[in-house]
Amino acid sequence: MKKIGFIIVCLSGALLLYATQDFPRWGDPNSPANTHVSPRYIQKTLEETDVPNAVTSILADYRGYDTMFETTVIFAAGMSCLILLRVFKRKEEDRYYRHISTGVTLRVKGEKTIPEKSKEFERIDTIWTPYDLIIKTVSRFLVPFIQLFALYVLAHGHESPGGGFQGGVIFGASFIILAIAFDLRTALRRFKEKTDGLLAALGVFIYAGIGALCLLLGGNFLNYKELARIFPFNKIEARAYGILGIETGVFIAVMAVMVCIYVNIVSEGRHDEGL
Amino acid sequence: MIPQLDIFILTLVIVCAIAAISVKDLLGCAILFGAYSFMMCLLWAIMGSVDVAFTEASVGAGVSTVFFVAAVFRTTRRTKD
Repeated sequence: MKKIGFIIVCLSGALLLYATQDFPRWGDPNSPANTHVSPRYIQKTLEETDVPNAVTSILADYRGYDTMFETTVIFAAGMSCLILLRVFKRKEEDRYYRHISTGVTLRVKGEKTIPEKSKEFERIDTIWTPYDLIIKTVSRFLVPFIQLFALYVLAHGHESPGGGFQGGVIFGASFIILAIAFDLRTALRRFKEKTDGLLAALGVFIYAGIGALCLLLGGNFLNYKELARIFPFNKIEARAYGILGIETGVFIAVMAVMVCIYVNIVSEGRHDEGL
Repeated sequence: MIPQLDIFILTLVIVCAIAAISVKDLLGCAILFGAYSFMMCLLWAIMGSVDVAFTEASVGAGVSTVFFVAAVFRTTRRTKD
């Protein structure tokens, strides 16, 4: 079976290499992509949308439908992860607690628990119990800067590489770093499961809502020009602000979905103990 | 674009890809996938598509490696084949 697989992989690889011969050379000015589509966008983007970064304006404005359904796919991925993995029953095993002032570990059998907010004891995981002051302190200092950078990537997506998707992933990663450095419960106390689900849906809603708002104002779906009727900016600026609005939606959805997937995978859907 | 650098990174991409499918340790496989993504990110950046490089760096090399590590943490660390 392994040999057949190897032969199939080699054959398809050879076919792909053979197909690349028909491609135009990299950066060829006479290739179809560089003669019909690209010049139009490169020349007209700035005057039509007021966005210097052509990639952002193509992704969010000229090809707005694509990005909307990409966001929907991300949302669907997060929700299917939730549906497949989430378990609401508590795992029947003993819990471990650490006495904070002395460092003694306590094992509590069966159903009994010590309240989560207890000042003398803190809960520790059964299989993964690091107590590393350096990692905790460094990540505590780092998290605000990561989040600030994520917001910068979102807000500066018009002028430089970046945008809602990358910013959302970085913002989600800041919660994941919190879960890794402390424990899963600390991260979940700051970012509750309910908030997570609501934010994921809200992101897609903002995107589709801005599109529908344009429809209500008399234009086509996702035609941000029409936003100029109710907001105090002209039609060209309206496209730039519309792009910012939908990027914010993508940001929120991606951030919530990344946290959702991580938490569900690492705790086997129990949201209790994990990396 | 510097041809020598380009060929060097492409070689590293292929080495990472072959190592990732042949290594027995799944945690090492996840790390190798991260390295592969990072090399691809460098390639995108060399070719001038900085937006794609940024996405590759944040999603491919960053978050998906963490997802793989989380999955390995909850399953086994060694493959059967």
